[in-house]
Amino acid sequence: MAIVFQKPHALTDAVLHYCPGCPHGIIHRLVAEAIDGLGIEGEAIGVAPVGCAVMAYDYFNCDMIEAAHGRAPATATGIKRCRPDNIVFTYQGDGDLASIGMAETVHAAARNENITVIFVNNAIYGMTGGQMAPTSLPGQVTQTSPYGRDVKHCGWPIKVCELLATLEGPEYIARVAVNNVKNVKAAGKAIRKAFQNQIDKKGFSLIEVISACPTNWGMTPQKALEWVESDMIPYYPLGVYKDRSAAKEEEAK
Amino acid sequence: MKTTQILIAGFGGQGILFAGKFLAYKGLLEDLQVSWLPSYGPEMRGGTANCNVILSDDPVGSPIVTKPDVLIVMNLPSLQKYVDTVVPGGQIYVDSTLINEKVARTDVETYYIPATQMANDAGVPTLANMVMMGCVLKNNPNLTFDGTAETMAKLVPPKKANLVELNMKALEAGRDYEG
Amino acid sequence: MAERVLMKGNEAIAEAAIRAGCRHYFGYPITPQTEVAAYMAKKMPKIGGVFLQAESEIASINMVYGAAAAGMRVMTSSSSPGISLKSEGLSYIAGSDVPAFVVNVQRGGPGLGGIQPSQSDYFQATKGGGHGDYHMIVLAPASVQEMASLTIKGFNLADKYLMTSMILADGTIGQMMEPITFEDAEIETYDKPWALTGTKMQRPHNIVNSLYLKPDELEQKNFQRYEKYAVVEENEPMWEEYRMEDAELCVVAFGIASRVAKNAVAAARAEGIKVGLIRPITLWPFPKKALRAAADQVKAFVSVELNMGQMIDDVRLAIECKRPVSLCNRAGGMIPSPDQVLESIRKAQKGEN
Repeated sequence: MAIVFQKPHALTDAVLHYCPGCPHGIIHRLVAEAIDGLGIEGEAIGVAPVGCAVMAYDYFNCDMIEAAHGRAPATATGIKRCRPDNIVFTYQGDGDLASIGMAETVHAAARNENITVIFVNNAIYGMTGGQMAPTSLPGQVTQTSPYGRDVKHCGWPIKVCELLATLEGPEYIARVAVNNVKNVKAAGKAIRKAFQNQIDKKGFSLIEVISACPTNWGMTPQKALEWVESDMIPYYPLGVYKDRSAAKEEEAK
Repeated sequence: MKTTQILIAGFGGQGILFAGKFLAYKGLLEDLQVSWLPSYGPEMRGGTANCNVILSDDPVGSPIVTKPDVLIVMNLPSLQKYVDTVVPGGQIYVDSTLINEKVARTDVETYYIPATQMANDAGVPTLANMVMMGCVLKNNPNLTFDGTAETMAKLVPPKKANLVELNMKALEAGRDYEG
Repeated sequence: MAERVLMKGNEAIAEAAIRAGCRHYFGYPITPQTEVAAYMAKKMPKIGGVFLQAESEIASINMVYGAAAAGMRVMTSSSSPGISLKSEGLSYIAGSDVPAFVVNVQRGGPGLGGIQPSQSDYFQATKGGGHGDYHMIVLAPASVQEMASLTIKGFNLADKYLMTSMILADGTIGQMMEPITFEDAEIETYDKPWALTGTKMQRPHNIVNSLYLKPDELEQKNFQRYEKYAVVEENEPMWEEYRMEDAELCVVAFGIASRVAKNAVAAARAEGIKVGLIRPITLWPFPKKALRAAADQVKAFVSVELNMGQMIDDVRLAIECKRPVSLCNRAGGMIPSPDQVLESIRKAQKGEN
């Protein structure tokens, strides 16, 4: 009997610690499928963040390192500069990448560091129990914005793709979501492209994945996915924000 | 040789550190123990600069010159600041183009050299520092002018070989100055 | 015999690091260590190495962390305020047991402080610096030659013990030029089966990590690390003794302070005072045995430091407070003069503090 569906080899057998209904499992799977599909597990080195995905080093079968909070792009830079033939990726959340690690993110992108960044945006600090993130929406209630995010007091959310797309440096910047089958499929394609770009030595690729946090949003998983569609995606539109190679091809035509 | 502690001081941009480097390289080629310590800081040009050089047969202890045997000054603030630190019997070399004051101390040997003027006259206006060095090498009993050309050749990168000749011109002008 | 060349201390570190096999440098500009970066920027591209100016000290130490985890000889250099920023990464490197080489060419503090030479990061360097229980091997050069030799030693020790080796120099030693000869570096090589190389689908995945959520596991990791530290403390202390053979007084000083102290010891000897010097070359592990032995010989110690009195604590601990220890110091970027040290020796001779 033909096997039509199985766990990707690039994922270990460890049981994920994520909450019920958390899309991290889907995103891990998409990353692992890309690694399997491109046949790069033996060369891959992953950098885990501080945040909900902190134990990602137990979940991916490739070599892994645990970075300090926000520093994954710097740590990945160190690895990639030593081992340019390996495939180096980071897996980071919004607090890690867009708050404490913003400098490392922007500069790795500006250098067009040949790494792949998977950026999971669920608009909240999950690991620490639901505090306001740099990507929390205006008016969003969190533990540290109990009356809703007041932009006059604590500023506006950061749109990472839009920001990074202004830089000359990066190769590929795209935003995807995992709230329905269609979007999951598109996300898988984008993630695979982000790894392919690295194999092709094109440079820095970042995929922002709009995710959900049912636990800290205080919603059922189903309701959380609906909120992604109704509130998150309108604020963070999906699409390709920068694709240098495609732009060049377009120009050539 | 007797341990010789040298302090060179002036404005940034006068080549104070280079003059010290020249002495240090000369010591190196003479197989002496050498230390060279610059003042460092944000004042790249126009601020005060000084340089400590120690030449000795024995290992150099502290590289910091607190009681110089030889003081070379190329501006007035430096003379005022360091004149009293020179050991009795030591030497003070003064660029008299830039410093009008005389040294009041009588327990030191003082040389007044219009180095900046001489460098201008010789067509090497940026090399007053080396005019001073030429005079020091001639007049200090522990130092010698011998080996100067070899030192310059070592000190100046091959790309700037033309500078060797200009520096030698300045050094010789200082050596030949009769005060 | 290798050629004698004149070189700045900072440049000697860079050249020695390259000779030690370091091909990866990540840094951020700060006075008074910038010559290290400048030298690397010039040399690395020509020898197939990597020089990368990072966006911050924090980024650079985390690049070092990644490169170390990848199994490479790697370094960064900075000065006091920059080392504070690097402390986070130093703690992660310690917690992950990977080898790194870090240079601190100290300047006066706290805060932005000044840019003149200082030894006021002694506590930070020898007691850990960042969060958590850990140590670094701390090497204190007193000459340009030692800037080079201790750099090579530092890389070897880091690989041997899977720790950070730190050169704790100061602005004077970094900026001064002295003659130096580069003998062939003795490079010790150690297998790094833990390194991130990619599994090649031939082994279980390697994980470089400092996170242990189970406290009993984390306790065991700490215990194991301290067993290693005990070996380092037993085997690796380095120090120099100068005129100690008949000494009745002992000056303790490291780095630039020891150079000043040597002048003072010579001057005191000329006055007939029997004084010697112990110069710790490793500040961690501290040469406790040498000092403990000296305590049975001399009647008093003088600790000479460019800070408000930091090493003096370790001197007192090492000699178990058996003898009085007085402090001779300047701070904020000032350096004690030989006369000041001589005066402290005279006082100690008279039994004054």
